[in-house]
Amino acid sequence: MAIIQDMMPAFELFQPASVTDALALLNRHGKEAWVLAGGMDSLDWFKDRVKRPKVVVDLSQIKDLKGIRQQKDGIEIGAMTTLTQVSANSLIQSRYGLLAQAARKVATPQIRNQGTIGGNVSQDTRCWYYRDGMPCYRAGGNTCYADTPTAMNREHCLFEADRCVAVSPSDTAPALIALDAKFVIRNSKGERVVDAESFFVSPKVDIKRMTVLQPGDILTTIRIPATWAGARFYFEKVADRDAWDFALVNVASAMIVEGGSIKQARIVVGGVAARPWRLKPVEDSLRGERVSEESAELAGQTAIWGAKPLNYNHYKVLLMRNLVKRSVRGVKI
Amino acid sequence: MANYKLLGKDFTPPDLVGKVTGKAKYAEDFRAAGMLFAKLLRSPMPHAKVRKIDTRAALALKGVVAVISADDVPKPHAPEEPMLTNEPLYAGEPILAVAAVDETTAAEAVERIKIDLQPLPFVIDPLETLRPGGPDPRSDGNVAARGLKLQTIKWTARDFAGVNQGKLPMGKPAEEWQYGDIESGFKRADFVLEETFITQALSHHCMEPRTAMAYWQNGKLFLHASSQSVTFVVPGVAKLLGIDPAQLVFISENTGGGFGAKGTGYPQWGIPALLAKKTGRPVMMRVTRDEEYAFGRARPGYQGWVKIGFRKDGRITALDLYIIHSNGPYEGFPDFRNSPLAVSIVYQPMAMRWRGVSVLTNTPPRAPQRGPGDNQIAAAIEPFIDKAARKLGIDRVAIRRINAPGHNGKIGPKQGPVTSSYLPEALDKGAKRFNWAKKQALSGQRKGSKAIGIGVGTAFPSAGRTGFDGLVLIKPDGKLYIHSGAGNLGTFSYAATSRTAAEVLGMPWERCEIVFGDTGRHVPWNTPQVGSNTSFTLTRTNYVAAMDAKKKLQEIAAKALSGSPDDFDVGDGRVFLKSESSKGLSFAEAAEQAIKLGGKYSGKELPKDLNPITVRAVTALAGQGLVGVAKDTLPIKGLVPAFCAAFVQVEVDLETGHVEIKECLEVADCGTVVHPKNLGNQLTGGAVQGFGFALTEKHVFDMKFGLPATKGLYTAKPPTYLDVPLDIQWDAVDQPDKYNPVGVKGIGEPPLGAAAAALLCAISDALGGIYFNRSPVTCDMILNAAERKSQSYKPLEVNV
Repeated sequence: MAIIQDMMPAFELFQPASVTDALALLNRHGKEAWVLAGGMDSLDWFKDRVKRPKVVVDLSQIKDLKGIRQQKDGIEIGAMTTLTQVSANSLIQSRYGLLAQAARKVATPQIRNQGTIGGNVSQDTRCWYYRDGMPCYRAGGNTCYADTPTAMNREHCLFEADRCVAVSPSDTAPALIALDAKFVIRNSKGERVVDAESFFVSPKVDIKRMTVLQPGDILTTIRIPATWAGARFYFEKVADRDAWDFALVNVASAMIVEGGSIKQARIVVGGVAARPWRLKPVEDSLRGERVSEESAELAGQTAIWGAKPLNYNHYKVLLMRNLVKRSVRGVKI
Repeated sequence: MANYKLLGKDFTPPDLVGKVTGKAKYAEDFRAAGMLFAKLLRSPMPHAKVRKIDTRAALALKGVVAVISADDVPKPHAPEEPMLTNEPLYAGEPILAVAAVDETTAAEAVERIKIDLQPLPFVIDPLETLRPGGPDPRSDGNVAARGLKLQTIKWTARDFAGVNQGKLPMGKPAEEWQYGDIESGFKRADFVLEETFITQALSHHCMEPRTAMAYWQNGKLFLHASSQSVTFVVPGVAKLLGIDPAQLVFISENTGGGFGAKGTGYPQWGIPALLAKKTGRPVMMRVTRDEEYAFGRARPGYQGWVKIGFRKDGRITALDLYIIHSNGPYEGFPDFRNSPLAVSIVYQPMAMRWRGVSVLTNTPPRAPQRGPGDNQIAAAIEPFIDKAARKLGIDRVAIRRINAPGHNGKIGPKQGPVTSSYLPEALDKGAKRFNWAKKQALSGQRKGSKAIGIGVGTAFPSAGRTGFDGLVLIKPDGKLYIHSGAGNLGTFSYAATSRTAAEVLGMPWERCEIVFGDTGRHVPWNTPQVGSNTSFTLTRTNYVAAMDAKKKLQEIAAKALSGSPDDFDVGDGRVFLKSESSKGLSFAEAAEQAIKLGGKYSGKELPKDLNPITVRAVTALAGQGLVGVAKDTLPIKGLVPAFCAAFVQVEVDLETGHVEIKECLEVADCGTVVHPKNLGNQLTGGAVQGFGFALTEKHVFDMKFGLPATKGLYTAKPPTYLDVPLDIQWDAVDQPDKYNPVGVKGIGEPPLGAAAAALLCAISDALGGIYFNRSPVTCDMILNAAERKSQSYKPLEVNV
């Protein structure tokens, strides 16, 4: 804990009107620069004086980064499109309802009006020790405060702990992975496209980042292919509160079901690892199975293989199992 | 019920439009020429000693005007809370303050200060310091509360013998009382229940953090503050700053919630005041959300034990209660002393013992929070009443009803009387409207993965005080000015109670003006807006002031028109001859007469029993019109109790632990209803806060570092709009209390405890009788319970 928090220090603010200008600014200021989308994550960091960029490049004036466009094979969403726009878009609602549902579960209407889809997938973890400015591994230090014998880690991970037990906080990320979205990233050298799943990184790969974004990079566009359009979707988020809360566990699934049997499935769980946790073994085991209580139960059991709970988060194993089960069979009504 | 013209009817309180339009001014909205901003340097550790402070680099920064530390401010007597300290006793405690031309500069200056802190042992869980050889939260003791002197208490190893099995250690208490013979009571019982329980500490989450702005002018301190109370805090603030109360102008027109944490003043007001004195400039200290979660205080948590003996019919024969009270590092508040009083009145045990110890911890300072002690114990005990009802095969409303007090109910160790109790009627009215008998059938029913539960809960606070002053003024403009020294914490009770004066004088409301929110506007000595008491207390003061004005109006009319004062009555802004109502004086004319007559009529002669604050107020107003002023010495016999009964229906998803509150009904015993719309606000708002208490709100600390995890609204988790039913129902028994001239009792607090208790009971009901023995009950706990898995926390663990 610092001697002063909750008071934003001064920084130099740039509001470029084009991606080219933004990239030039990022190139010029290198590691000193911070990319600001809706600010819902960034401003907390700034106010707590933990992250202290000298330069902030605000993307809000770049028109090219906003809007939802139908493509030949799917849709394209500008990274600066707000979560409200994503959840209210009729095309997304009708064809990619999974994303609309997930976006609608983020935080509150006010935050969804300001927060963007690009920001939501790029946001940092909410481990309270890390957010409080504790010098943990993720912050460049040499310990993990959330994984001591007495640490308060009810919200922390079940999988892939590696010097860090923080979790991915995003609601839209699991949905985008389930939809097999592609993320378009630009920097001064050019453009690259990564699978949504590969966009997120575990602490083993890079403990200081949640995503592949490096200084100088801007996530510009999210493309969703038509492959899963109109599939059977399921999204559920369990949190302590029904608004303004991060998921304890969330689940996003897309299944193509024909004649009662599952042809293909993609299931992703949030809040259980530093990155959204895709359940390939579950997806594989479901292929060819009929949608039933039994197959759902099996999916739930399979999902939690290898889960290693911490002191205060055993319940997440049960919750994850049940949510995966529900994602296959739906909620019992 | 009496046929009132104003009381019992809705009206628009004068501050309402400002709140809707944004024109209402809170402490932060004030500005003064040359104003500086203050920022605080706060302790990063839960317990430390300041070894060295070097402020040179801060003072060298352009725009920095002054720095003050604990050495520059008055030192309180331990265990009172200081403004600034050299021995911080909780993480986030203010150590020093910087004043600068703007906040950015002040904050940068704080970071430039070099501070050398020696870390000291600290205590988060009260049991740690009670252990033999355990750490102490402060160098001069580990036990204290308001009214309990600072001392050191260590228990023996034997006291802790069962702690690993989850048995609460119960060593020598700091306080205790008993009435009746509990041993024979337990012997007579057909069923005895013995339980431990935990209630977690809770922050107040006031929408407006406790910002303050201060300046000195003509030897007076002007303090714009966020406060529940106005005149009541004056003596304390004056004492804190070593000035005469007459030198303080205290301004608090609007306050964005206090919930008890801003009831009677707090030392941090002194920081901008002393910085202003030092710099000779106005100083604004805007308190941040993070700071509010530190020195904005919290409700004490409990580790408790109770043994209850029941007769076959559910009547409680004996009750034995032990409370370990986590009180923060300072004097805090004696919640643990209120709880047994609440138990004694709500259940009327035939015999009862209470023991308790108030333990100091290195966590934020404690303060009363809406129903201090009353509501924690309601949430803790009510599920056990359900457990007994289940065991005895008794209806859960019936078991509460058989124990509930009537008007002859008794309270506390002396078994003193109460002024009235309509708790049985509240239970009856609620059960009928909620359709309790029919809903019983739903209990435990499954809807897919969801289980239905229903619950009932009751709660009590002490809801009225006496001995304060009322003040009204009728001016030659013909208007009635009702002076209120109460604060405006958001409940509108300052306004509803003021209408009593208009009612007594038969004055149309549009010709009345409430004068409030600023001691500079000459307001009387009034109760602090705490403890559900304003409605009872200030209807009495306004009644006596208005009766005094009425008497003077009658006397003036008798003098002017000849006759005896008794020949005259008042109404519609006139004092008139009863036998011939066209003969009389308008209030405007009477006010002019009062000015001419002087003496008591115009406020130049005063009753001897008024508080000095009221005397100053009237003296300033004297000569402006007809003054009605009096101290409330109306008769009273017994404690004034309010009650609330709540009924809740939930659906608990057994696969996720999610609780949906489908229905809630709150029924109040608040005497006569004076302001229906606002009563509804209190009952529904209290229910929402109770849902947070029961379900979502946390006060989590890391035990190794002593640092708080829950210091933002999104981590502390008060309920949101989506977590509560949209149409919380409410009702009132609406029967008068005979010791209030208009029949009113307070009601602010018990809706919280009743709703929390009813919700906890409903959750346990849905789970077929699994009781958690703690609050809050979060979704992880429900999921573990539904799957018959053990919980992550140990039975006596706190701050998880």
